Amino acid sequence: MDSLRELYQEVILDHGKNPRNFNTPDDPTNKALGNNPLCGDQLTVYLKVNSGVVEDVAFIGRGCAISIASASMMTEFIKGKSEDEIKQIFNKFHEMCTEDASDKSTIEELEKLQVLSGVREFPTRVKCATLPWHTLLAALAGEKEVTTE
Amino acid sequence: MMSLRTDEHEKHTFNVDKVRKDFPIFKECMNGQPLVFLDTAASAQKPNQVIDSIRDIYQTEYANVHRGLYKISEALTAKYEGVREIISDYINTEHTTEIVFTRNATESINLVARSFGTAFLKENDEIILSELEHHANIVPWQMLRDEIGVIIKVAPINDEGEIIMYEFEKLLCNRTKLVAISHMSNVLGSILPVKEITRLSQAVGAKVLIDGCQAITHLPVDVQEIGCDFYVFSGHKLYGPSGVGVLYAREELLEIMPPFMGGGDMISSVTFEESTWAKIPHKFEAGTPAIVQVIGLGVAIEYLKSLGLEDIRKYEKTILDYATQKLLDIEGLRLIGTAEDKASVLSFTLDFAHAHDIATIIDSSGVAVRAGHHCAQPLMNRMNVAATVRASLGLYNTEEDIDRLVSSLHNVNEIFN
Ligand SMILES: Cc1ncc(COP(=O)(O)O)c(C=O)c1O
Repeated sequence: MDSLRELYQEVILDHGKNPRNFNTPDDPTNKALGNNPLCGDQLTVYLKVNSGVVEDVAFIGRGCAISIASASMMTEFIKGKSEDEIKQIFNKFHEMCTEDASDKSTIEELEKLQVLSGVREFPTRVKCATLPWHTLLAALAGEKEVTTE
Repeated sequence: MMSLRTDEHEKHTFNVDKVRKDFPIFKECMNGQPLVFLDTAASAQKPNQVIDSIRDIYQTEYANVHRGLYKISEALTAKYEGVREIISDYINTEHTTEIVFTRNATESINLVARSFGTAFLKENDEIILSELEHHANIVPWQMLRDEIGVIIKVAPINDEGEIIMYEFEKLLCNRTKLVAISHMSNVLGSILPVKEITRLSQAVGAKVLIDGCQAITHLPVDVQEIGCDFYVFSGHKLYGPSGVGVLYAREELLEIMPPFMGGGDMISSVTFEESTWAKIPHKFEAGTPAIVQVIGLGVAIEYLKSLGLEDIRKYEKTILDYATQKLLDIEGLRLIGTAEDKASVLSFTLDFAHAHDIATIIDSSGVAVRAGHHCAQPLMNRMNVAATVRASLGLYNTEEDIDRLVSSLHNVNEIFN
């Protein structure tokens, strides 16, 4: 029950139920569809990129509390950041979700996103947390669709 | 007479506590809790009888089959071939040679698509599937379509998860050459009227393949009574080992179908100019088969028979009814699949939590269920759900298992509400 509480923290449940930036913008410059074929979760990330900076971001989709919360928090976190910054954040986020001994200082930079570190205890759920990020990277790279393996 | 009847009665009274002792997995814990296993539709647990037989063979009887001119190879070959008789008897085929061993049901369907499909179907011939098929009974036909241009038609189901027979009949015509359909849905538990489907299909000249993966575990199967041309299932869902599947096909079809794979065991003679095929069923069993797994499957079937097949089914029905009642009492729970004729599968959603969150939370209480699309995405779309939780029953499940499922679902409620 403890690691469950750790996974399903208030913040996550809140973002899962009331996702932020959950809409379809009119004029995205980039967008990509992310699929998790294992569970059928699907989401679309929309970006407005201007000179390498993500000026606006939104998403829609369906999924579990973890994937929706992760997407919602991601959109809040990356707004205004450059592509390079986002790639670095992704790497750290991925490390936090998958590596046991990921180093504290790295994680601290992830600020609010740290609440998602609970997925580490649930290997089958890591992809739920990372799906929005993979989709985001695909959108930045100009790819239309990404599938978690 | 009286005492005789009591004996009969005693012999066939299903005792679940005793049965559970045959399954060593139930001594195990999951996340610190005694295991509640509700995922038999994915794969069943194995009784000691099966596990021991496998170990015994490797320890004292093992050799390749059909090859060795020595005692233990001969003996094991006889045992291996003997399983054909056990299965032939279990599903009541006319001939033992109508049983082909494959790796699993998926391979059995692919065998029919590759061999029967490419040899006897042609462009614009029609194949009818249903909306509730497992991907294993969709994708091989799509591959065949892409190769030779057959047309796939899909028979719809209603909101309860039953095939709509008059819609199915409308699809039948003289272009229909094959109907490939489940006997029982792995997601909804619905049992399809396969005898009627077969009769109607054959009346327009179509062959009928039945995917019996789920039905074989929960229903009596009599292929002659159904009248189908092909019937497929996997051993691992029938309390047998993984790695062995079965294709039943009527003898005259097996005779004219070309081999599926080439190699040893499936030939009668080979020169570099040409080879001739072995007799059926061996024509379809290239290479060293899953010897030990096949024998293990035979043991599993004998085990089920010793418990009394009718009694197992009656018992499973009581647990299904109990579970249905208990689940329906939960607020916000929607049962997906409410066919009048159904068995052993309960798919559901909760309106306050996603299927994956539910599965993770109840896993920590030791309850194993499946969550997701269950390899039936078209069916999920039809039922307007992205994912469901599926609790599926085996002969070892008890009312207590259901109570533990229900109380673990209350934990989900606690976390989410
Ligand atoms: C209805 C149905 N068809 C086909 C299959 C495929 O079985 P296997 O993976 O053993 O080949 C399954 C099992 O998941 C099933 O439930």
